[in-house]
Amino acid sequence: MRIIFNKHYIMAKKSKPIVDLEDVVVKFVGDSGDGMQLVGTLFSETAALDGNDLATFPDFPAEIRAPHNTVAGVSGFQVHIGKKKILTTGDYCDVLVTMNPASLKSNLKWAKHGATLILDTDTFDPAAIEKAGYSSNPLEDRSLEKYHLVKAPITSLTREAGKDLGVDNKTAERSKNMFALGILYYLLNKPLDNTFRFFETKFKKKPDVIKLNKAVLQAGYNFADTVEAISSQYTIPKATMEKGKYRNIVGNTAVAWGFIAASERSGRPLFLGSYPITPATEILMELAKHKSLGVKVFQAEDEIAGICSAIGAAYTGSLAITTTSGPGLSLKSEAIGLAVMTELPMVIVDVQRGGPSTGLPTKSEQSDLLQALFGRNGECPVIIVAASSPANAFYMAFEAAKLALEHMTPTMLLSEGVIGFGSELFKIPKAADLPAIQPPIAKPNEPDYKPFRRDPETLVRKWALPGTEGLRHRVGGLEKENITGIVSTDPLNHQLMVNLRAEKVQKVQNFIPRQEIYGDPEGDLLVIGWGSTKGAIQYAVDEMRAAGKKVSHAHFHYIMPLPKNTPEVFAGFKKIIVCELNSGQFIYYLRMLFPQFKYSQYNKVQGLPFVVNELTAVFNQILEEE
Amino acid sequence: MFERPENTTIERSSVELTKQDFVSDQMVKWCPGCGAHAILSSVANVFPKIGYKKENFVMVSGIGCSSRFPYYVNTYGIHGIHGRAAAISSGVKIANPHLSVWVATGDGDSLAIGGNHFIHVIRRNIDLNIILFNNQIYGLTKGQYSPTTPMGMVTKTSPQGTIEHPFNIGELVMGAQGTFFARAVDTNPKLMTEIMFEAAKHDGTSLIEILQNCIIFADGAHQQVTAKDIKDDFQLVLKNGEPMIFGKNKDKGIRFFSNRLEVVQLGENGITENDLLIHDKYQQDPGVHLMLAKMAPPMFPVALGVIRSAMYPTYDDMVEEQIAYAKENNPVKTVDDLLNSGDTWVI
Repeated sequence: MRIIFNKHYIMAKKSKPIVDLEDVVVKFVGDSGDGMQLVGTLFSETAALDGNDLATFPDFPAEIRAPHNTVAGVSGFQVHIGKKKILTTGDYCDVLVTMNPASLKSNLKWAKHGATLILDTDTFDPAAIEKAGYSSNPLEDRSLEKYHLVKAPITSLTREAGKDLGVDNKTAERSKNMFALGILYYLLNKPLDNTFRFFETKFKKKPDVIKLNKAVLQAGYNFADTVEAISSQYTIPKATMEKGKYRNIVGNTAVAWGFIAASERSGRPLFLGSYPITPATEILMELAKHKSLGVKVFQAEDEIAGICSAIGAAYTGSLAITTTSGPGLSLKSEAIGLAVMTELPMVIVDVQRGGPSTGLPTKSEQSDLLQALFGRNGECPVIIVAASSPANAFYMAFEAAKLALEHMTPTMLLSEGVIGFGSELFKIPKAADLPAIQPPIAKPNEPDYKPFRRDPETLVRKWALPGTEGLRHRVGGLEKENITGIVSTDPLNHQLMVNLRAEKVQKVQNFIPRQEIYGDPEGDLLVIGWGSTKGAIQYAVDEMRAAGKKVSHAHFHYIMPLPKNTPEVFAGFKKIIVCELNSGQFIYYLRMLFPQFKYSQYNKVQGLPFVVNELTAVFNQILEEE
Repeated sequence: MFERPENTTIERSSVELTKQDFVSDQMVKWCPGCGAHAILSSVANVFPKIGYKKENFVMVSGIGCSSRFPYYVNTYGIHGIHGRAAAISSGVKIANPHLSVWVATGDGDSLAIGGNHFIHVIRRNIDLNIILFNNQIYGLTKGQYSPTTPMGMVTKTSPQGTIEHPFNIGELVMGAQGTFFARAVDTNPKLMTEIMFEAAKHDGTSLIEILQNCIIFADGAHQQVTAKDIKDDFQLVLKNGEPMIFGKNKDKGIRFFSNRLEVVQLGENGITENDLLIHDKYQQDPGVHLMLAKMAPPMFPVALGVIRSAMYPTYDDMVEEQIAYAKENNPVKTVDDLLNSGDTWVI
């Protein structure tokens, strides 16, 4: 929603008009050390407590502290809040809070035409302007004419606020992000008390710091109240949400918590063997915090040791996890084969990033799908599920663990950088309401126990845990005779085992939900997606439907196997388009499995999410084609 | 003869076990005359003596001739992938410290493709017992040089002789801050059994190097140490607390002189037992242990037996301690506690 400032409202204090908005996208950008992540988080919390739905996404460089005042060092945080259901972090922003010329330079392209720019005029000195790559001062050369500027001397006013408290300039300046936040709170009519409480908790032992931050935040708020450039305030009314208890959750945290929940529901201790890699590392860090829940975290010497330790833990009866991103998944390939061959349960999490090779480590992509499906030697099927949003990642992690444990097979959970780093509101479930997980553990001295004797329905073998009497057995990477588990090179047995391993995974179809359709089950166009694109596609489909177009959306969370009714879903539509953040991987798979349908595709591989406009444009074009 | 191990984490067998309890029903497919047969026999001999419940042993391996081991001993076991036994077994032990975890590996498996895992498992001091079959050759792939093949040796991939400096396994173990290093030759089952027992007793990563003969591709690789006529002069079997004496006539010794080790003749130049080094395997400082591990013919005998057995906290114990502490002190006890921690609000 665009914020339009009416120039006629140049009003005295307290009488500025208040305008209701459906939703607002705010982006905070500044130098890596400017505290943009913090103000972004504080703003999100305030909006959430004020009843808005929201989604957030941090946008930071791969460098920890790139040179000061350069475009390379710009760190950002985007927040989308609304009265309506928030499904994405927003394509373009309504308000851009920029702390220096470099951040303006690098982020102006993400501001809507007519967006409000809150600028720290003190930072626009000739040196910084030149360092940012401007040939002239953008505040003076009329290049920002199509935007609404709130020019605020943020640095100097922050110093002033500090001076009153006897704080030196350098110390005071550290809080200038709070001045900007204060302006924003006024502009969007948000209360300050939640942020005040944050200061009180965070700096409990430093009363001076509490005082300073409160004073600066208030000063920013008061500045906005007084300044003529802000002629009206905006309000985003409370969203109508399902009743319940809520929190904000980051995708990587949600994955970690989903596994902890699965561990409790299955009674299997949680073991993570992992190696740090962007953008998956936060799952490792989060799980490391939860020893009180019995979580064992092994930070291995490399990706291979990460998964191999998980295989060892799986053999002993743990819910074994390994987490990684694309390059790490490549390294784990051989070991995934061992887990498939030994038919041990484990979850491999791939938080995808731009590839190939090191690629775009902090950017998001959906380009590991074919690697997940086929990237191993031999016939090597695994279950694959995909998360579609930060909160959904909690449930998909739980589901991945449940499927792995109950079907005795490695399962891959595909996430993406935008999901891992992004956040949204999460309705807190009760652990007891989550499904039970019942792994097929063999009993002590079970008569006729054989390592590869299978349940006839599911083809699942039993899990015999070391230490259990009467069940000593060996597993390994060599092909085994079915039932007995003795090493075998018999040609027909190998054929049988290859078939059994594939069928076992295929039979998971009987245990996963049917594919849902958003919109009508029949129509002119079915839009297919998977992973993080759900929100953008749904907004686009909503727009199409509002315009009377017969468009529906099928978003896949289960990739291998696909839901049973997938071909029936496809059959209800005249045209099908598959939208992915890769060059066409899911469509490749669908064409292979269901060649009877004709597919169109829309792909983008820029390390960026879809924006709604580009999708609606493509959908309209497809509908118009003969 | 054998004292009971002190480890109380692993449940003991309520009945007396014998070698038969650990014999597998699988055909052993190593070449006739291979040194691995003797290692297998020693393991089957020592497991009942260690006294743990037979279901509490787990044998893990990688790839190579040595790594077929889990199929040949009746325990729980994982035949892993090349080089990764150290990583797989780390997961087994950390996940369930109540198991006695053993690794069978070779010089190629552990020191080439698995070199990274090898140094890290030792550095962490996870309570594992690693038996490294050092035959100085790749056997299963039919005769290529390995990281322990002596420089200059002609193999299938070094027709003019290798141009690589070999690893000394003991040196690598000490360099990685290893707490236990022992060595035996495959022709001495008694010594093998003794050091395996000591390894089981040791809390931490125990590395047992077996100088093993590959009868097909590197036959006689350890001849300088194991040949009948010279072995007494080139094997120093270390005994803790005793002076380092060796030789057919027990008349040679090792002393520390002028900042290095030196072989001396007892009775010559007034040298007596009192001049010799007394073996102290428990010493924390690995300096002498390293010098002992590096001794090699023709100047020195090869040191056998337990060279180092130093006490350090183990990774697996510390994991359990941290978990116990967290369970005691962290208010988050359940998933519900976790989900409701931090900022939440009701709508």
